[in-house]
Amino acid sequence: MEAKEVIARRVALELRDRTLVNLGIGLPTLVACYVPAEISVAFQSENGIIGFGEPPPDGLEDPYLTDAGGGYISALPGAAAFDSATSFALIRGGHLDMTVLGGLQVDSSGRLANWMVPGKLVPGMGGAMDLVAGAKRVIVAMQHTAKGQPKIVEALTLPPTAARRISLIVTELAVIEPTDEGLVLRERAPGVSVETVVASTGAKLLLDGDTPTMPIVSPERVAA
Amino acid sequence: MQDGISAERAAAMIPDGASVMFGGFLGVGSPDRVIDALVARGARGLTLICNDTASPGRGVGKLIEAGCVAHVKASHIGTNPTTQKKMISGEIEVELVPQGTLAERIRAGGSGLGGVLTRTGVGTVVSEGKQVLEIDGESFLLEMPLRADFALLRAHEADHFGNLTYRLTAANFNPVMAFAADCVIAEPEEIVPVGVIPPDAVRTPGVLVHHLVRRPQ
Repeated sequence: MEAKEVIARRVALELRDRTLVNLGIGLPTLVACYVPAEISVAFQSENGIIGFGEPPPDGLEDPYLTDAGGGYISALPGAAAFDSATSFALIRGGHLDMTVLGGLQVDSSGRLANWMVPGKLVPGMGGAMDLVAGAKRVIVAMQHTAKGQPKIVEALTLPPTAARRISLIVTELAVIEPTDEGLVLRERAPGVSVETVVASTGAKLLLDGDTPTMPIVSPERVAA
Repeated sequence: MQDGISAERAAAMIPDGASVMFGGFLGVGSPDRVIDALVARGARGLTLICNDTASPGRGVGKLIEAGCVAHVKASHIGTNPTTQKKMISGEIEVELVPQGTLAERIRAGGSGLGGVLTRTGVGTVVSEGKQVLEIDGESFLLEMPLRADFALLRAHEADHFGNLTYRLTAANFNPVMAFAADCVIAEPEEIVPVGVIPPDAVRTPGVLVHHLVRRPQ
């Protein structure tokens, strides 16, 4: 299984029935493919819609129905469309149960950096700062390392996205939870040893008993 | 009753150096005909207030490419490499604003509010030089209201009074910006007689709109 698929499948297990969820652009978008069949989740796109689904067939796209990455989407029965102020009132106002975002770095205090690399990449924060400051749960879905370098570090070297501690880190190697005591290794990916996770991590990991294997959503439990 | 003006007339009303809000999210729901007319008239020195700078050849991305813009206030410029190049070369000055903060600053500017208190940006570079207030033991950033000389909106339908509707995700910043400029120009898909849009369906009351851009005859 590809790294991205492992991450998306594991994050999907964090989804809860009848919740509002915002998926960031890129890897987090894949989570929508693995929603467990028995639950119903409303996805928000911050450009102004709740309740969207798969892109329509070729040639049937609606130019006024897009997601926050500019891709064409469809509106599911029960969808609601609204303006940007309403969209961010949902995000900051305690109405968004969970957001899944990509990450460049997370540090030992659970702070996330995911919006710029000074001197190299300055795309802007878009909605990321509002999402991290406002969502009830923030899940960071990212590859464990970049070009062999750990992305989970003792202290951020990149500008933080928010002061707030994020809720959970899910990578292709492990599930890690930032706590008052530090980063706790909760799970390891199938076939990955604790030693491998520790060696790929640039911050101290606290162990909690014998680290169980990630229970990844099996294909037959995914909604059609 | 509104007057229907051409896109060229709208572009001619906007002087060089003006601050202009543009509806649109990655080019979806942006006033494309007025943008084309601004490019054609060779507008210069505009302050562009928009969620993003779209992409080259699309939406407000055309204004960036054509050299119409001196300042940008936006939440995201990553989809337009031209904006990034011009920012690095110093041709365009960019102020990055978190998306929700941008929406709310515009809302404050259009609603007579003195500012916005938000958790967004606390403990980040966004808080530099800004007041942090403690409210019930929690830190909030004071963000100032934002207004512009002009707001250029894209709507779905407009009636002769200027009442506006929007479609799906093409609404985005348009209804918010309708409140926050001295002169509001809306570019609807269609202009319909008064009475065609039911009162409950109106999302921007016509009293806010100064001019409607009509389709070329």
